[in-house]
Amino acid sequence: MNEKLAISIEKLAKHFGALHAVDGISLTVHEGEIFALLGPNGAGKTTTISMLTGLLAPTSGSANVAGFDVGREPLRVRQQIGVVFQQPSVDDLLSGRENLEMHALLYNVPAKGRKERIDEMISLVGLTERQHARIKEYSGGMRKRLEIARGILHRPKVLFLDEPTTGLDPQTRQHIWEYIRKMSKLEGTTVVFTTHYLEEAEQFAERVAIIDHGKIIATGKPHELVEELGGDTIILRAKKAKEVAAKIKKMAFAKSVKVDGEMISAIIANSHKNLPKLLRVLSGIESIEIRPATLNEVFIKYTGKGIREDSAEGGFWERMMNPNNR
Amino acid sequence: MHARNSDLPEQPPDGNVIMMGYFDGVYAIWVREIIVFMREKERVISAVVTPLMWIFAVGGGLGASVQIDGMSYQTFMFPGIASMAILFGSIFYGMYIIWDRKLDFLKEVLVAPVPRTAVFLGKMLGGVSDALMQVTVLLLIGLAFGFVTSLPALLLAIFFSAIIAMCMVSLGLIIGANMKSPEGFNLVMSFVMWPMFMLSGALFPVENLPAYINIIVTINPLTYGVDLMRLALLGTSQFGMLYDIGILCFATLVFAYIGSKSFERMQI
Repeated sequence: MNEKLAISIEKLAKHFGALHAVDGISLTVHEGEIFALLGPNGAGKTTTISMLTGLLAPTSGSANVAGFDVGREPLRVRQQIGVVFQQPSVDDLLSGRENLEMHALLYNVPAKGRKERIDEMISLVGLTERQHARIKEYSGGMRKRLEIARGILHRPKVLFLDEPTTGLDPQTRQHIWEYIRKMSKLEGTTVVFTTHYLEEAEQFAERVAIIDHGKIIATGKPHELVEELGGDTIILRAKKAKEVAAKIKKMAFAKSVKVDGEMISAIIANSHKNLPKLLRVLSGIESIEIRPATLNEVFIKYTGKGIREDSAEGGFWERMMNPNNR
Repeated sequence: MHARNSDLPEQPPDGNVIMMGYFDGVYAIWVREIIVFMREKERVISAVVTPLMWIFAVGGGLGASVQIDGMSYQTFMFPGIASMAILFGSIFYGMYIIWDRKLDFLKEVLVAPVPRTAVFLGKMLGGVSDALMQVTVLLLIGLAFGFVTSLPALLLAIFFSAIIAMCMVSLGLIIGANMKSPEGFNLVMSFVMWPMFMLSGALFPVENLPAYINIIVTINPLTYGVDLMRLALLGTSQFGMLYDIGILCFATLVFAYIGSKSFERMQI
């Protein structure tokens, strides 16, 4: 792996009054890496991205993106990066191609080769046939693809994607990720994305950072984080879930035991040996399911809850856009 | 390590490198505004119909019993109504920033590595172009009905319109940049657009007015715009061309300065 750093963050914090949206995070991302910021809604992902893209001044701490300090040289940072927002930001009244032409001017793409570059990007995201249609007539997936094409049009060193696939159907999500991966390989672009789809991070990110309540609680490669759990997930259903859970907790090989109604989930080390032991002790089990652990269990281990449980919808953008909350 | 109270990243330290892209940025935004204007037929139609209502309904009706300085009331009010078209078009244009926000397009522009003054300048050029297209249509209709009597008068009126539009668009952009939601729209209509129009001499001569009206007329930049248009189309002026242009240019500078600052403060 390339050891040069595309991003280095030191004790970065952003406070909105008493709310510590981002609470002193430190992090590094290597050049060419695909990196995921993972966390529930309101964890501070979007606020972090806003600071890294020079749109929001940090309360304290510093961040260096593509060689420039985001606090001191936001415009230079912005020349080096591409941003794809959570909310669409393409111009409805223009055609797909016109949006890219405007972007090329705004980002100083040299006139020589500009047309070819736009052609190339449009075909990369498969919009060649629809390039002259107004954005109004585009579907949600097409808009997102166009935004991704736009985000990389000016050959940014780092591409930030804030929840790039939220609200898209699974097939479109898959396609979009294929484009992003292809582009990252083709151009050596560093990709930083936020998501609350754990399986997406597991599948596409080379490294992830889990963020909750403004703090980074774990970083690493997805499979390493899962392996650290040291076991498989079991999900049991029992009428007296609390009693059963208490018994499981006494077992040395059981971790992260969690009760939700009649459902109990736990991580069991060496499940092929330990599960029979467990079942001998327990009674009143109605059903049992066993499966390999995923990032979701990693998340539960570190935060004590599932990623989509407390979904007070709306991150930083929503708050800033809403006049009542200023 | 540095802490700051403001939520806004400051711009200057890296400013000079960005200057290369400054005019590309202005141009990009200008072209976008013109394309959008040409495509949104509703904007153009309403921009021309309202002034025509004034000329033919109000002007025609009032003109049946009123004459001013020996000319028909319609002839007298035409330059004023042309100025009104510029005023309304410009303020509406400024308030369209709220629509840009709704369309989320504004984000792309605000994130771009282009100084906000360039964004402001591009928006202003776009607004002036829109206003000129509107007023030209109106002047051509005036030519057909005899309110505009010669080609030189028409060209001079278009030239003066550009000066007026720069001032009014800058004002409109200040309003648009500081408005957070469309709810303020009616307030702007009531407290900015109608008073500026009514108390500009567009509908009556500004001589011998009651003192309380006179104060507002004097500080209203549109007064000097109306005076310019009347000079171009009727050959009469209350204050003189240079005085009018001087006041309008001064007001434009002040509005453009405040407008650029407002753009710099604009949050995503």
